Amino acid sequence: MTKKQLGIRLIQMVVVLFGISFLTFILTYLAPGDPVQAMYSATGIMPKPEVLEAAREELGLNQPMLIQYGNWLTACLKGDFGTSYAYHKPVVELLVTRLWPTLKLALLSMVLMLIVSIPFGMLSAVYKNKWIDYLTRGITFFGVSVPNFWVGLMLMLFFCVKLGWLPVVSSNGDFKSLVLPAVTLAFAMSAKYTRQVRAAILDELNQDYVTGARARGVKESNILWKNVFPNSLLPLITMFGLSVGALLGGTAVVEVVFSYPGLGNLAVSAITAYDYPLIQGYVLWIAIIYMLINLIVDLSYIYVDPRIREKR
Amino acid sequence: MDKKTFKKVTFIIWCALAAAIILTAIFAPVVTGGVDPTSGTLTDALKAPGQGHLFGTDKLGRDIFTRVIYGARTSLTAAFSVVILVFCVGTLLGILAGYFGGIVDTIIMRIADMMIAFPGLVLAIAVAGIMGASIKNAVIAISLVTWTKYARLARSLVLKIRNRDYVAAAIVTGSKTPYMLVRYMLPNVLPTMIITAATDIGGMMLELAGLSFLGFGAQPPTPEWGLMLNEGRSFMQAAPWLMIYPGLAIFIVVVVFNLLGDSLRDILDPRDE
Repeated sequence: MTKKQLGIRLIQMVVVLFGISFLTFILTYLAPGDPVQAMYSATGIMPKPEVLEAAREELGLNQPMLIQYGNWLTACLKGDFGTSYAYHKPVVELLVTRLWPTLKLALLSMVLMLIVSIPFGMLSAVYKNKWIDYLTRGITFFGVSVPNFWVGLMLMLFFCVKLGWLPVVSSNGDFKSLVLPAVTLAFAMSAKYTRQVRAAILDELNQDYVTGARARGVKESNILWKNVFPNSLLPLITMFGLSVGALLGGTAVVEVVFSYPGLGNLAVSAITAYDYPLIQGYVLWIAIIYMLINLIVDLSYIYVDPRIREKR
Repeated sequence: MDKKTFKKVTFIIWCALAAAIILTAIFAPVVTGGVDPTSGTLTDALKAPGQGHLFGTDKLGRDIFTRVIYGARTSLTAAFSVVILVFCVGTLLGILAGYFGGIVDTIIMRIADMMIAFPGLVLAIAVAGIMGASIKNAVIAISLVTWTKYARLARSLVLKIRNRDYVAAAIVTGSKTPYMLVRYMLPNVLPTMIITAATDIGGMMLELAGLSFLGFGAQPPTPEWGLMLNEGRSFMQAAPWLMIYPGLAIFIVVVVFNLLGDSLRDILDPRDE
């Protein structure tokens, strides 16, 4: 990627972020629930209509839509994502405290996924139609057909309730409470990714140069590690970047299953409470995290693919 | 048996199984012997699987077997709605974008880009949660984040043939635009789109169950597998059957539809031959 391409990419990112922010805003703007009522009903008292009206005025909910959006966006750019209706705390503060647990969970699942998927995907491709391939395909097929929250619940039932090895509620955020959520998340992700690794390696193994190398008597292990693997890295990295999206979405479900104190869990409770600023903040933050990860993925092409490097 | 007949036979087997699932859902009242899935007797609450209640009962004494069978109705209807919706919208927009190019293409594809910049489930959760939790809104939410995949695919397929001579010939000889779209573009994209749709049914079911599990899909007392898992969660220790059977039901149905999709692809995809 040249400097110019990088520039174009960054501009695109800004445009997309702009779109996303508008979409998020529109969603909450059109939402049927009344945030002011939700705010007060959380406290348990139902005030007079005048008080509700005053609260709306104070929160700027009576202004025209575009002005509300403009105000919200400029505040966001300054790092002020508003105040949570339910917690009466700045959204940024709430999100920051939950950010690290979610990142920790996402990173650990990614590492687990890579450790499992790449060796098994490669084995499965190299020994195509042998027992290891059938086994891998069987397990991955199971993995993509089973709901990940159910896997989580079953693991919990077995390891926490029956065996009592791990805590049922992962709310304190230490390593022990991280294990099962990460394994659950990694399980579904690895199943998908292993299949993709297998397909990518098989694709490369069917190339003519591999037949050529074999004909010249190059050792099979050399072909695999010096030619096939480096060549299939590019699609593997691309697919990895895409699966991060599913991973970030998956964190929400898994966090709820294990009562894990992450962003997703916070967002789910925010939605139930019509806590609009918090929902907006969550969606924006996740979109930004996802985009940054994909930017890193794109940048890594430079190091992986010499052809891209030389074009500079 | 040669490879081709083998593929056809497996396809027919999965078709039969899928049909069996759909028929079970349609004839749920017959299968369950007329038990009401939404009401139970409290004295029967949390009974273990066994006599009278094949899969046990939940906290309200409702029969789990009945609810699992009726749950197929909710899941199948919702998943098919999503797939049909995104199939139609995505194919239409993709063909339009690819055929007309220019501004139409730019607008449609930039919107698609924006949607893809989101982790799908996050947006679906936000949409479903904000529009209010119901199975209908969950369907809309998942469709909203899924159509882009179909639009991109249809567009790329149209672009492949858009500049072929026979297309140009048809246009110069006076074929009207609607005729071009329906008679030339559509048949070219349809096989691939159908394969994609068929392989997606299982995945859509999983996502819908996920949303219902979070409480943003089906609402009680609707029998829905994701929702049943959520309700059963708090009785994990005392009544594990509340979680085992709905989960197995999702798993089996998704497996059948995934295999059906795969075998359909094996038959229709010319790449292997």
